[in-house]
Amino acid sequence: MFYRENGQFKTHYSADQQIFPILQDKVVILGLLAIAFLVVPFIASEYFFRAILIPFLILSLAALGLNILVGYCGQISLGTGGFMAVGAYAAYNILVRIDGMPLILAILFGGVCATVFGVLFGIPSMRIKGLYLAVATLAAQFFADWAFLRIKWLTNNSSSGSVGVGELVAFGWTINTPAEKYLFCLGFVAVFALLGKNLVRSHIGREWMAIRDMDVAAAVIGIRPVYAKLTAFAVSSFFVGVAGALWGFVYLGSWEPAAFNIDRSFQLLFMVIIGGLGSIMGSFFGAAFIVMIPILLDNAPVLFGIPIDTALASHMTFMIFGSLIVFFLIVEPHGLARLWSVGREKLRLWPFPH
Amino acid sequence: MGPFLETLIGGLMSGVLYSLVALGFVLIFKASGVFNFAQGAMVLFAALAMARFATWIPNLTGLESKWMANVLAFIVAMLVMVAVAWLVERLVLGKLVNQEGITLLMATLGISYFMDGFGQTVFGSDIYKLDIGMPKDPMFLFDKVFEGGILVNQEDLVAAVIAAALVAVLAAFFQYTGTGRALRAVADDHQAAQSIGIPLNRIWVIVWSVAGFVALVAGIIWGSKLGVQFSLSLVALKALPVVILGGLTSVPGAIIGGLIIGVGEKLSEVYIGPSFGGGIEIWFAYVLALIFLLVRPQGLFGEKIIDRV
Repeated sequence: MFYRENGQFKTHYSADQQIFPILQDKVVILGLLAIAFLVVPFIASEYFFRAILIPFLILSLAALGLNILVGYCGQISLGTGGFMAVGAYAAYNILVRIDGMPLILAILFGGVCATVFGVLFGIPSMRIKGLYLAVATLAAQFFADWAFLRIKWLTNNSSSGSVGVGELVAFGWTINTPAEKYLFCLGFVAVFALLGKNLVRSHIGREWMAIRDMDVAAAVIGIRPVYAKLTAFAVSSFFVGVAGALWGFVYLGSWEPAAFNIDRSFQLLFMVIIGGLGSIMGSFFGAAFIVMIPILLDNAPVLFGIPIDTALASHMTFMIFGSLIVFFLIVEPHGLARLWSVGREKLRLWPFPH
Repeated sequence: MGPFLETLIGGLMSGVLYSLVALGFVLIFKASGVFNFAQGAMVLFAALAMARFATWIPNLTGLESKWMANVLAFIVAMLVMVAVAWLVERLVLGKLVNQEGITLLMATLGISYFMDGFGQTVFGSDIYKLDIGMPKDPMFLFDKVFEGGILVNQEDLVAAVIAAALVAVLAAFFQYTGTGRALRAVADDHQAAQSIGIPLNRIWVIVWSVAGFVALVAGIIWGSKLGVQFSLSLVALKALPVVILGGLTSVPGAIIGGLIIGVGEKLSEVYIGPSFGGGIEIWFAYVLALIFLLVRPQGLFGEKIIDRV
């Protein structure tokens, strides 16, 4: 009874086209944002920022990018880690090579470079799809892995591609403490999530979804498959590249190509699947889930007082990951986002039976 | 001439192993339309089972003969792989009938993670030696024909012979047995096969078992060469470009694709690699497959699928 749209009349078109047409949604989202910006920075512990909140934010941004490609446009990609690497290293290069380069511009430049790289490896999608495309994007992954390890110019002549950034300064604001890093990431994620949400409900997002649902029919009604697919690759790689730059700059500080290897690609794909294909909210759910699981598994034995050695724990993590993925695919192919919307439907009636 | 031929032969040998892994892919893809990402994990799992049982069985039974121990371990490992096949069908694929290809791919990715973790929990995660008595000494071929001859590992030759035998056996199995015919029928058309009374579920168990058998053989060969270790499961990723090159539905394609990738990798590493800074083995196979996809998406021997993209 608390969550229903009764009585919320829309008297003009712009009211009907809002992101959150229902008042309760708007309140919840604004409340969440307010808590995230104003409350969390003051109450969370340093460990909580470092181990959970910052990785969660950055990986949700990457998952959001991947979700645009896989969930909205239906083009599978196994090269996300490579796109992240391109973003991180491009941002690093421009920051180091050009004096006085603003941090935010450098990060965005990383996104632009990832876009170019993504579009380049997205070109095969014009001729192939599905599993074949997965192999094409794998090529992007391995090529990026190799390039940052071997081509000295790309890593500013550092040995084996390990690079690091010093102090982060944006608009005269030195980002030092975990809370500041968290706020910096949160700013990026909030802006990009809004951008993503608006993109997928605009004409271009509808084109992506049409291509995903049935490409032939989409072409018949006048959607250019090439344009739609390449824009999906471009937007997705931009998001992923920015996330990669943030991952390197803010979360890791110094990194080497192995930070963006094939496991990262799989991890992001799992986030998207578990969170929900074709859902912005789902990307966040998926990222939260995948970031939390290893931490819970590490801490659970301590909590229950069962001694468990680290090797076994890491194998267990693998097993639980694998089974959860299969479980989700079988039980809820639409992911956590679907549970969320089911919950919302139920809330319309609750606490009454009818 | 000598170094070139040695590189070529070295490439062919690693190509044989790629072929074996790719063969598992193709078998499952043909019969169930599932792109089995877990093939690499199956190779690792099978090899781990084999290596561990080969030491456990003599320890438990006091068996003296190493040969007997290996044979028993092989049989037990095969039974384990059949059990895996049955469980995969029961718990995963049977519940995902009629889902899209991508969903099934993700499911096998999940299976692969599970098997990696499970295998290492049960069998341990050290590097295990797998000694099945393959000859280890290098030998020289053609030393009459030109100076120095070619250095070849006997082990590699044995591996090549085993692989060839395996392919012949599989070809015969598919061609001449009733089960093989049923498998081919399912590969051609699921619904038609089902409507004439071929039990799909049983066929899937069989085909996953056959793939498990192939994985076991591949695992033993790799394992006796390099030791059984986690990196075995990464071979699976190399098998992807192989099947793309050879065609997803073609058994000979898997073999020839594997050989091409193996040879191409080694030759390019030796002759083109230095000018790129080396290490191009990592991506050569993928980029080759990528180029191939643009020119001939169905692969060398695959069925041409007419499909608008």
